[in-house]
Amino acid sequence: MTTNLPLLPVLIPMISGILLLFCRKNVIAQRFFSFISCSLMLFVTVFLLFKIHADGIMVFCAGGWSPPFGIVFVADLFSCIVLCLSALLFFTGLLFSFETIGEEREKHDFYVLWQFLMMGINGTFLTGDLFNLFVFFEIMLLSSYALLVHGASKAQLRETFKYLLINIISSTVFLIALGVLYAMLGTMNMADAAQKASTIENQGFFTVIAMLLLTVFGIKAAMFPLYFWLPKVHTVATASVSSIFSGLVIKVGAYAMIRTFTLIFIGDTAHTHLILIVLAILSIFLGVFGAVSQMNYKSILAYHSISQIGYIILGLGLFSVSSLTGSIYFLFHHGVVKGCLFLTAGVTEKITGTKDLKKMGGLLASYPALGWTFFIVAMSLAGVPPLSGFFAKYMIAFSAVQQENYWALGCAIGAGILTLFSMIKLFLYVFWGKAPREYIPAEGFQYGRALIPCFILASVSLLLGIFAQPIFSLCNEAAEQLMAPQAYIDIVLNTIGGR
Amino acid sequence: MELLIALLIGILFSAGTYMILSRRLLRIIFGTSLLSNGTLLFLMTSGKLQRGESPILGKLSTTYTDPLPQAMILTAIVISFATTAFCLVLAYRTYQEIGSDDVDELLGKEHDDDH
Repeated sequence: MTTNLPLLPVLIPMISGILLLFCRKNVIAQRFFSFISCSLMLFVTVFLLFKIHADGIMVFCAGGWSPPFGIVFVADLFSCIVLCLSALLFFTGLLFSFETIGEEREKHDFYVLWQFLMMGINGTFLTGDLFNLFVFFEIMLLSSYALLVHGASKAQLRETFKYLLINIISSTVFLIALGVLYAMLGTMNMADAAQKASTIENQGFFTVIAMLLLTVFGIKAAMFPLYFWLPKVHTVATASVSSIFSGLVIKVGAYAMIRTFTLIFIGDTAHTHLILIVLAILSIFLGVFGAVSQMNYKSILAYHSISQIGYIILGLGLFSVSSLTGSIYFLFHHGVVKGCLFLTAGVTEKITGTKDLKKMGGLLASYPALGWTFFIVAMSLAGVPPLSGFFAKYMIAFSAVQQENYWALGCAIGAGILTLFSMIKLFLYVFWGKAPREYIPAEGFQYGRALIPCFILASVSLLLGIFAQPIFSLCNEAAEQLMAPQAYIDIVLNTIGGR
Repeated sequence: MELLIALLIGILFSAGTYMILSRRLLRIIFGTSLLSNGTLLFLMTSGKLQRGESPILGKLSTTYTDPLPQAMILTAIVISFATTAFCLVLAYRTYQEIGSDDVDELLGKEHDDDH
């Protein structure tokens, strides 16, 4: 049965983005329509999650063409979970943008780009076709370039140009990988490719395609050794854009990696997944070491994103139901937590006028709500129980023990200590102690209203920790779906298109 | 035929890489379009090169050209067009901002708070 439901998360931002183009200079209308669209997305994604949890995987065939000939959109539990994350982060990021980006930039299509970025990201989570994945990547990237350079300062121009160039090269590699894949299998449909993958003789050559795609997704996910663009991009981006970059754009890479390496490239797991584990451990360590060496608020957070992406990939590399459960939970937890941390970084920057840790201090006395929100979320990132980060790391460490992979276990825990160290460093430098000078917040900055999205994300992080059991059982079901790809393949390929 | 196209792709890629490694913004952009053109040719060969056939399977035709790579190339052309357009705008804006298209002029302190 083909159904239109999986298309909604792509359709809503597309339509509202086009609508917004018609009222470009009317800030009130822009805010109103984008608010409606983002809140609608929250409802739709949660509804989709419950619906799919009850009814199983849903497939939409574009134009009525049955798979493997047409383009398909597939919504399974994993993609619904990340869609919920996307809707949540775009909603809170939008609330934060209302308060912080300023009228000048609101009049220059900020919200339009916001909607198209959401469309691209949701599309990558839903598509069941590799070439379509490329197309949605490009939609996401084009809007992210424009959002990154929004404001056009010299530093922004420089970093955007680098980001643009590295992504053009990664798109080239992506297309080449797709060309080779098509020449070998004669299909672009993920389910069909997965089915045909087991029948080909030249498995070595197939691993080459896997590695090409790993490079592409590694650049997107900021995984070792392809993470060098991320910290600098974060230092120039606006806080709300940063929260999306770290919360979602790099997750898109991780999502695509999990999707392809549990569905298509599972013929040679002894090699491919070992490479994943090694790269993951290196990302975990180099990420935290980078963070420890930095004195810039946003670079510290950005380097932590690299190490946390490492944990997600580690869960994929260990390749069992429990480790993938950990990865999925970790993905959601990290999106929420890191989104919130970047928003608090934005509030701090508005108050102190700098990102340099050495020029801050003593914020806790005059802004206690901000300080304690940061503290809760930072402890969650470091993995202190009973917050969400603890359960996420526990699950991955647990599955490392199950497989007797003690290297991975040691590295995961060792890096956790360094994460705690640099979160405490941030707290000491920014919030603790005496204020070295009088802080004058930016003009027209509404401290209370800007904190609302931070509160929302912090309470979601708390709830993730408190209700860890039901959420884990949901993630566990999603992981079981991923680890049994035959069901996915059957459902997609047996769908009959039609009007 | 495949060999010729392969050589052409190789030339496009090497020229593109050479251009990207230079210091002028405009040359870098030309380099990226050479790269993406090379990729498009690569995609075309992935569906096997066939001469003089239409990409339609009819009752009378015994052979046909694979239409899917052509559709993919068409999409990829549109995307690379959009990306190149964005690149050019970005380069022009950079030129306005710093008065030169030399990437060295863009260098600055890594974490300057200048915005």
